[in-house]
Amino acid sequence: MTTTTTSELAVQASGVWKVFNEGQPNEVTALQDIDLTVSRGEFISLIGPSGCGKSTLLRVIADLTHATKGAIQVAGMPAAQAREEQRYGMAFQQAALFDWRTVQRNVELPLELQGWAKDKRQARAAELLEMVQLADFATHRPWELSGGMQQRVAIARSLAVDPPLLLMDEPFGALDEMTRERMQNELLRIRQETGKSIIFVTHSIPEAVYLSDRVVVMSARPGRITNIIDVNLGSRNEDTREAESFFESVTAVREALRGRGGGSVSARVGEV
Amino acid sequence: MGERFRAIWPPILIAVLFLAAWQLLVVVQDIKPYLLPSPSLIAGNFFSDLHLMWAAALYTGTTALLGLMFGTLLGILAALLAQRFIVINNLITPLAAGLAAVPIIALTPILNNMFNITSRTPRVLVTMIIVFFPMFVNITRGLIQVQPVQLELMRSMNANPRTVLRILRVPNAIPFFYTGLKIAAPLAVIAALVAEYFGGPQEGLGSRIASAAANTAYGRAWAYVVASILVGLLFYLVVIAVERWTTPWTGHNRST
Repeated sequence: MTTTTTSELAVQASGVWKVFNEGQPNEVTALQDIDLTVSRGEFISLIGPSGCGKSTLLRVIADLTHATKGAIQVAGMPAAQAREEQRYGMAFQQAALFDWRTVQRNVELPLELQGWAKDKRQARAAELLEMVQLADFATHRPWELSGGMQQRVAIARSLAVDPPLLLMDEPFGALDEMTRERMQNELLRIRQETGKSIIFVTHSIPEAVYLSDRVVVMSARPGRITNIIDVNLGSRNEDTREAESFFESVTAVREALRGRGGGSVSARVGEV
Repeated sequence: MGERFRAIWPPILIAVLFLAAWQLLVVVQDIKPYLLPSPSLIAGNFFSDLHLMWAAALYTGTTALLGLMFGTLLGILAALLAQRFIVINNLITPLAAGLAAVPIIALTPILNNMFNITSRTPRVLVTMIIVFFPMFVNITRGLIQVQPVQLELMRSMNANPRTVLRILRVPNAIPFFYTGLKIAAPLAVIAALVAEYFGGPQEGLGSRIASAAANTAYGRAWAYVVASILVGLLFYLVVIAVERWTTPWTGHNRST
């Protein structure tokens, strides 16, 4: 692979292992030999049953925890360096906003840590709140907002330093279905406007299919990638959720999820 | 405002009814003041000796305030050390729990001998030690108990431990600080007052209560008790006012 193609990659994980409590009786292999390549501007979902290591994989990419083995490149540099240079923004299932800061100052937080001047970070935060349609709530406290609005603040915050990559760990997992679908459309719009690469952890099949260019299916014990399914739905809108091709992709992901563990191969053989 | 009024009038009504019943009981049953003086007798003593009440309250209040300040400062310092060095936390926390079980007020006569009994120092020391524990325990908890996801967020933003302390842990600890202070402030008044029972200058509320009771001036003794209650209440209310003023973000889940 040439250097040009490497720099075109948002994330490249090769031979990544994560073993917890290594060498102890309660040893757990959370990730086994993960190879994953995410192109620039691509939207990837990680899906799988609880304990399949999808969140762990995201955390390894984010350098929140270290891989036991293997190499991770983010934006063409090692994961640790990418974190230090703020080459990604992160959003979690809990919005993780700071109650003692206003909405505006929550969005400013990453900029503050980067040492931005006050007027510059205020302008940037205002711009981001505009993007997530919360400009009117800048001076509110986080606990005055609904769950969906809090999550939009968290997304605005993750975009603050304008990183090329977003890492999202079930950000809509705690929202009701209606809000969730609205947030999915919001996220796709933001992606369209900003051209970010996104890695999105979810356990909802329709959500993964609706959002992603590719769905990465994982299985548990040990956590590994069993399938990668391409989704070709073109540009999304509300009709997409009822389109034939949408259901086909949903079915494909569901079947990939069923063919789990050691049964993976035999299930596929059975279908043939 | 109407809501606030509705919240205030029941306790006031109950207090008035209670005082009326008390007065009635003392008058009708002809109860002697050494058993139970009437509210009117206490009130009479309180207002006729108002300048004495004020002077005694000022003395004991000053002791309590000094002890509260030093104890709080010590609590903050120890909590900062405890959150930074887990070893210190493991050392201090059981020690704090153990010492909290010791009746510290019992140390007063010893402290009176160690330091100058004619000065305020031993009393301030006792108050300080008593204030230290609730402050230390609560602040430490506030510094340590941050949401794991918030720590992950800080790490994802490449924040060093010092920044995490400043941006996340300290603000997180502020409501805990006030919880500690709401316990410690009235406790400081009690400690400063009781410490006066063990000799030394006779200017404070504790000394006055003791000498009035010894002189069978029961109405006056009770009047000083009322003054003590007012000082304790004042300390508590000031803490609540400062809390509301400085931490508007905790308004949504405040119980007091």
